[in-house]
Amino acid sequence: MSNIARSTHPGLMAYVRRDVSLSIRSNSGAYAPLLFFCMVCTLVPISISPNPQKLAELAPGIIWIMALLASLLSIERIFVFDYEDGSLEQMLIAPNMMAFPVLGKIIAHWLVTGLPLTFLSPAIGLMFALPNNAYGPMILSLAAGTAYLSLVGAVIASLTVSLGRGGFLISLLAVPLYMPILVFGTSTVTYAVAKMPWSAPLATMGAMLAIALVLCPLLASWALRVTNGG
Amino acid sequence: MRKLGRKWRWFHRMGSPRWFYEITGGWLPWLIPLAFSLLAIGLFWGLFLAPPDARQGQSYRIIFVHVPASFLALVGYYVLAIAGAVGLIWRIKMSFILMKAAAPIGAALTFIALFTGAIWGKPTWGTYWVWDARITSMLILLFLYLGVMALQRALVSTDTAFKASAILALVGTVNIPIIYKSVDWWYTLHQPATLKLTSSSTMHIEMLQPLFFMICGFYLFYMLVLILFARLEILQREKSSRWVRSLVSEDCVI
Repeated sequence: MSNIARSTHPGLMAYVRRDVSLSIRSNSGAYAPLLFFCMVCTLVPISISPNPQKLAELAPGIIWIMALLASLLSIERIFVFDYEDGSLEQMLIAPNMMAFPVLGKIIAHWLVTGLPLTFLSPAIGLMFALPNNAYGPMILSLAAGTAYLSLVGAVIASLTVSLGRGGFLISLLAVPLYMPILVFGTSTVTYAVAKMPWSAPLATMGAMLAIALVLCPLLASWALRVTNGG
Repeated sequence: MRKLGRKWRWFHRMGSPRWFYEITGGWLPWLIPLAFSLLAIGLFWGLFLAPPDARQGQSYRIIFVHVPASFLALVGYYVLAIAGAVGLIWRIKMSFILMKAAAPIGAALTFIALFTGAIWGKPTWGTYWVWDARITSMLILLFLYLGVMALQRALVSTDTAFKASAILALVGTVNIPIIYKSVDWWYTLHQPATLKLTSSSTMHIEMLQPLFFMICGFYLFYMLVLILFARLEILQREKSSRWVRSLVSEDCVI
């Protein structure tokens, strides 16, 4: 991994490491989205029904909506701290291509929110009486889907970064763009629950992730230049 | 500076807000009566002269508003995105002004399309709202329009606001087909196709003619409102320039 990164861009891994350690070491609530994910999931059986059959039916959708909301909650922190303390401006005036720091920050965001959420999801699935054969597709779809959410969310976060904490605006802008991945993510799990072949929606998610991986860092760095008076 | 070819001069002249203001001022006396008379003819023809539908009776007549509005709501997003892209690529201020003007018009048309669709849905399907692929993607289109408007409004510097909302509009454009396909796919997964909305029933020619008038009327009306919004924006942005001042003082003298 580090070899590949070194050959493409020397600074990429450094940015990933910096952002991951910053969000782990600072008490800025990097774990809040995860807690939110678990807590809201406990609300569902209480408010709808503790009946395992009904829960199993709802589980794919609920786990996916919660993953989406957890990503939405945390996406503004991807640039806002660096914007506030001025280091974002330093990155922008550095002679490097801005897309690499941005990609590093996106990867770090996924490592801190999306990946733990993916690892946590089997526990939630267990509590929601998810059938055994649905765990693999759920984990795969969440791993790919949360990465996509981080990538697309970064574009929106870069457009709104100069507004400070524009949380409400971010949700308004991001939710329509999150819709397709939600469809394919829930389809993957629902198909698996129904014992149907689930590789098609998962493959579509992979294709969307590949496109987003190329386009979103470029778009986000462009948007950062625009919103920071470039 | 590189000398521009004759072919491209009109394109760059179009970038001047003053030029746009002056040339569209000449169009308005033609455009206003033309748009309103087409709308009036289409409405009268559609609502009173066209025959009632064999199955839906009179209630189908709402298509004379619903179809043109949904048409223009979709076209409007492309107007918005293309204007934003032209502004970003060639740095033409006028293009950004048109993009800003297109957002609220498109949002209003999308709302009209959804609202008339709901009204029409009640007598024909027995319900105001169905989570159908088309309706859902229209709702998401409304959110996209509102997002562009909100971002435009939230950013203080107008130049930044223009560029940022243009980027957002472009991101939205890439997503519109994906959203439509995904929702379509989701719909076929979740719902039995009891309501067949996609197969357009072959319309009778007597119903098609007033619809054609209405669509043309809506196009012209859209153009008219776009021009009026853009003119207002030009006056606000250029209020300190000499030509706007002289325009205002002329009006005051009269």
